[in-house]
Amino acid sequence: MATLTETKPAVALSNDEVLRYSRHLIMPEVGMEGQLKLKAARVLCVGAGGLGSPLALYLAAAGVGTLGVVDFDVVDFTNLQRQIIHTTADVGRKKLDSAADKLRAINPNVNIVRFDTKLSSANALELFRDFDMVVDGTDNFPTRYLVNDACVLTGIPNVYGSIFRFEGQMSIFATKEGPCYRCLYPEPPPPGLVPSCAEGGVLGILPGLVGVMQATEAIKLILGAGEPLIGRLLLVDALAMRFRELKLRKNPDCPACGTHPTLKKLIDYNEFCGIRGEEKPVETQMPSITVEELKQLRDAGNEPFLLDVREPHEYQICNLGGYLIPLNDLPKRVNELDPSREMIVHCKMGGRSAKAVDFLRQSGFTKVKNLTGGINAWADKVDPKVPKY
Amino acid sequence: MKVLIPTPLRQYAGKKDSVEVPGTTVGEALKNLTISHPDLKKHLYNEEGKLRAFVNLYLNDEDIRYMEKENTPVGQSDTLSIVPSIAGGKDDRVI
Repeated sequence: MATLTETKPAVALSNDEVLRYSRHLIMPEVGMEGQLKLKAARVLCVGAGGLGSPLALYLAAAGVGTLGVVDFDVVDFTNLQRQIIHTTADVGRKKLDSAADKLRAINPNVNIVRFDTKLSSANALELFRDFDMVVDGTDNFPTRYLVNDACVLTGIPNVYGSIFRFEGQMSIFATKEGPCYRCLYPEPPPPGLVPSCAEGGVLGILPGLVGVMQATEAIKLILGAGEPLIGRLLLVDALAMRFRELKLRKNPDCPACGTHPTLKKLIDYNEFCGIRGEEKPVETQMPSITVEELKQLRDAGNEPFLLDVREPHEYQICNLGGYLIPLNDLPKRVNELDPSREMIVHCKMGGRSAKAVDFLRQSGFTKVKNLTGGINAWADKVDPKVPKY
Repeated sequence: MKVLIPTPLRQYAGKKDSVEVPGTTVGEALKNLTISHPDLKKHLYNEEGKLRAFVNLYLNDEDIRYMEKENTPVGQSDTLSIVPSIAGGKDDRVI
């Protein structure tokens, strides 16, 4: 079983600590020995966002002695639906400052080590070396591969969790005997696969569910108790509330942890996104119109036909009265549109509508323009009463 | 057999979370899946017709890479899970 035997137990608990951790101490699976292991443990949380919020709170409460936090981001309003370490009053503050305040408030005995930086190939190994394990609360593929590879190279476990909408994945990677993330997915998705914006979002409690399970696994690794989630991939579908477990094997041909590893140093992948569909690059000579120009046409009573290619649930948040055909439905519903009419296409920020314009032009529509910046630009520059999302 | 469709791919499978397909091997079942739901094809296979590296397939709880890959025989009561890599967070923002 993977334990952190190299961790030197802390000398003793103060009387205050004995009282604080009494519900651990009276339980044989933790006890004084386990609580001292927790106190001696050094855990690095990468990210203080959706996953990082609940897991860091619980690790601090449990008495993990040294808690490192890496984050360079700033709290914004859209974070508050799930990143429960941050409050409304923290909007605009650094996530690191906000998180450190809450963690200290929960448990002043914890040594919070702050890293106000973006994890990169230049700093990851150095950063990881001072910790016994890493808990991966990142939100993008480049950092996930970086965390995995740095864990393999420094020989410390990676407590992994990942979320999408209402589905989560969890495992422990990069233990000596177990598989790593690259055993599961040898390479990240190619940069050509960019997200289709229509399918974003995450159920706010999902990172809570997954993050708390990551914290559970981190505590178990420290204690050397129970059956760690090594060699198993736990999948959760919060909508169905169904958990499934798949077997993971250490891949002998794994580029990172196989018998003949080819990965000797860290790679900085470019920012890219997951499995969302292959998109053609947007034509640079896209005919377009600004929100100010659209406003002028509207005011003059000359507004062309407005096509909205967002999803129906986005239309409910706000709309400009456009005719709604979601981008994915456009090919089969194109006959609803009149190619002889002047047309402006919009979405949230201009990405999907550019694809729609591209498609329409290929389908013989010649008088079609993209609304630059989408409805968000309209909210910013024309009508502040329109909500941004 | 039953094929479980992961959240990111449901939009290419008529929003369904599982699809019942015929087939005696994993490869056959997948082929039938992409015939009934052609939009899934480019998300599962690359231009050379090989399974994409960031999409894993599990027959029940076993990775087909450690079985007979796409030639792995399947039965009526088996479940095939498509398990893509997901990153979470940042990528999920609607842009």
